[in-house]
Amino acid sequence: MILITVNGERISTNVDPSTPLLWFLRDNLQLTGTKYGCGMALCGACTVHVNGEPTRSCSTPISAVVGKKVTTIEVVGKSAVGKKVQDAWIAEDVVQCGYCQSGQIMAAAALLTKNKVPSDADIDAAMSGNVCRCGTYNRVRAAIKVAAGLKPAASVKPAGAPAAARKSVKA
Amino acid sequence: MDKLFTAAKSRAVPNTSRRDFLKVSAATGGGLVIGFNLSLGNKLALAQAAPAPNLNQPNAFLRIALDGTVTVQVKHLEFGQGVMTSLPMLLAEELECDWTKIRAELAPAAPVYAHSSFGMQITGGSSSVSNSWEQLRAVGAMARTMLVTAAANRWKVAAGQCRAANGMVTGPGGKKAGYGELAEEAAKLPTPEKVVLQSAKDFTIIGKPTRRIDAPAKVNGTARFGLDLTAKQIPNLHTAVVAHPPIFGARAVKFNADKVNGIPGITHVVQLDSGIAVVAKSFWAAKVGRDALQIEWDLEPGSKADSVAMSNNYRQTARTPGLVAKKGNPDLLKGAAKTLVAEFEMPYLAHAAMEPLSCTVSVSGDKCELWVGSQLQTLDVLAAAKAADVPPANVKLNTMLAGGGFGRRTNLSSDYVVEAVAIAKRVGVPVKMVWTREDDMKAGSYRPMYVHRIEAGLDASNKISAWNHTVVGQSLVAGTPFEQAFVKDGIDGSSMEGIVDTPYDIPNLHATLHTTKIGVPVLFWRSVGHSHTAYAMETAMDDLAQLAGQDPVAFRRVYLGKHPKVLKTLNLAAEKAGWASALPKGRARGVAVHESFGSVVAHVVEVSMDKGELKLHRIVSAIDCGLAVNPLTVAAQVESSAVYGMSAALYGKITLKDGVVEQSNFHNYPLLRMAEMPKVEVYIVPGGETPTGVGEPGLPPIAPAISNAIFALTGKRLRTLPFDLASLKA
Repeated sequence: MILITVNGERISTNVDPSTPLLWFLRDNLQLTGTKYGCGMALCGACTVHVNGEPTRSCSTPISAVVGKKVTTIEVVGKSAVGKKVQDAWIAEDVVQCGYCQSGQIMAAAALLTKNKVPSDADIDAAMSGNVCRCGTYNRVRAAIKVAAGLKPAASVKPAGAPAAARKSVKA
Repeated sequence: MDKLFTAAKSRAVPNTSRRDFLKVSAATGGGLVIGFNLSLGNKLALAQAAPAPNLNQPNAFLRIALDGTVTVQVKHLEFGQGVMTSLPMLLAEELECDWTKIRAELAPAAPVYAHSSFGMQITGGSSSVSNSWEQLRAVGAMARTMLVTAAANRWKVAAGQCRAANGMVTGPGGKKAGYGELAEEAAKLPTPEKVVLQSAKDFTIIGKPTRRIDAPAKVNGTARFGLDLTAKQIPNLHTAVVAHPPIFGARAVKFNADKVNGIPGITHVVQLDSGIAVVAKSFWAAKVGRDALQIEWDLEPGSKADSVAMSNNYRQTARTPGLVAKKGNPDLLKGAAKTLVAEFEMPYLAHAAMEPLSCTVSVSGDKCELWVGSQLQTLDVLAAAKAADVPPANVKLNTMLAGGGFGRRTNLSSDYVVEAVAIAKRVGVPVKMVWTREDDMKAGSYRPMYVHRIEAGLDASNKISAWNHTVVGQSLVAGTPFEQAFVKDGIDGSSMEGIVDTPYDIPNLHATLHTTKIGVPVLFWRSVGHSHTAYAMETAMDDLAQLAGQDPVAFRRVYLGKHPKVLKTLNLAAEKAGWASALPKGRARGVAVHESFGSVVAHVVEVSMDKGELKLHRIVSAIDCGLAVNPLTVAAQVESSAVYGMSAALYGKITLKDGVVEQSNFHNYPLLRMAEMPKVEVYIVPGGETPTGVGEPGLPPIAPAISNAIFALTGKRLRTLPFDLASLKA
């Protein structure tokens, strides 16, 4: 019997202890926000927090997290830092396909929890394990700076000005 | 691909005045639903095999609920390019609704969602916005007209006395009604005979930077991709992992599952045409089981393709003329004052999207249901029907979000769909078939390997006098349902696009093609033929500029007199990059410009060498994509294409040895990472009346722009991709 805490909930399970945490989260707990990308800790799509540390869940057997606290993308927004990161991600229009973004956000939230004023080099070091095939890197960097309060969020006027602004209005 | 879409488009512009343009029905549970009944003149034969449109749900583009929420059915796959935002923008512009009330859903497979020019449901050719341009604005205008009429009828006033704005119809004497309140009455009205669309000067949504609708779900883990289906959505869902042969075309002779059967959770082991599938209650059990299989393969019928041998063979072949794709006079080269001879080699490339391929299937009786992120639903449905042995009309395909695709999901062979259906049919339970990263990378359907050979001459006044261009490589479409449309007189147009239609006014451009037959599956890869032709064209132009002793931008301008759009884009990038300005010592710039999918992109790249390591500092990009529907997306897609192209130029290479693919995962198929990312600035050429492609055109010119910058810095000309970075250290 293995006892772990996932997103604040205590869970006991009898899965094979060598099962990667990723697949326990996805298949047993149906927490599918954490993604499978490579299975070899090469791409970061599966990043979760284990006792606050960014961890590649695809290469972490569940036996290695016994008694530890696992946090996933589904609840990271409940922390002040996680919420800021998610808001900044939306403000900077970071996502494209979105598949790597759970991992990117978990890595960014872990970075900003420890380092409130990250430099570009700090961001490079913390984020270079997270691959994005859509190429959102510059927006990820900008969003981290927005979340850290190092730069204002991009201003985008909401679409759809009042119709009175139209020169001609049709029925 | 590019040309086919363009050609098809010119033949089939929807007639917005046709009586049967739109069909309307009441939504289940109230509200208004609008769908199309648009017959196209140029459908491919395959599409005609599909059932007639059913105009009830879900074959609708628009659903207005009683609370005023407007749900747009997005007929194209969302896999990063932003169609869940840009397509609703088109509709919302005409509907005069409250943008915050707009929702977007991915449409399932249905004939009504066919590409407006192509007659099939397909996401490709950077054409999602352009082929929806008239269609979705017309849907919005139709709905608005009906809502206004409903209000006028209710108030017993003339429709002309009412107006629609911000999700509300207002009438004389301060009368007001929300779209939600009017939806049911509107649904009972006849379809308007014709609609008049807003003129561009009055747009309030189109052309305005608009944040993505799909972002909130993608930052909190709730967005559901194909891989994310569980037993919660599909009861009794099992997972399958498949052992594939070590080389293309090999087959399993026999297998031993003794070590598999004891693994808890495993329910089935079945032999397929394409390998041995292990089915289990969870991915991990299936994967461990798959890895424990002992299989004897018959390698004899398999491909022994070998990259080194192919390279030698292709280079030899390129010295001989192939089938003529464009006729010039290569003999004129003999009289040239100066001559360039350049040989290029581009490797096989994997798509390597972040989400490995998967397909979920439930086969029950004579019905088959699929859940898959498909770029080509029409063919996937037909292939699934065949594999499940059910009529195509009994196949339901639910389009899932895809974590990238880049052409791999425009699946001409439907390989992973057929495999998943075969498993589900055999085991009799719903199955999510998952390809591991290694399965995904080794499964083929690559961008083909190509060799180009260019012999070009300058006359005594340093003007190009002749250009002889030979291409060697596999056809993307030979033996597929697309062959008839793509291949003319033996020439696969996608092998030569970007050469035969170059905007440069090159006298005596003679282009020939050798189409090879190799047992390695190939497929569309982001920007298709342009992904290799632009590299040859734009580095050769740079070589010729150098040979002529001229500035690379100035040299290009000479040949762009007939193509002001290309010239304007080149000039904008050069101006914004400060092309004429001096750089710090140790830095250099390179430029490239290329037209594809109706758009033009120019990149200026700034590089340096630091202790023998190449460093990319800055990319300045200009794009002319006609009317930029969502400038935020346009900039994002230019960045995205540049990054995708950078990964390929710096690292991308699939190689084969004795038929075996040598790469398997991101350690030996590296991708660009955060620390290597240069600054990118994107400038959009203003103006333009209709939208053209955005998802791909930024890719073709990035590799030559980097290569040209490396040449400017080091004097070394790199003609093989990926770059031999070690050679720069010497």
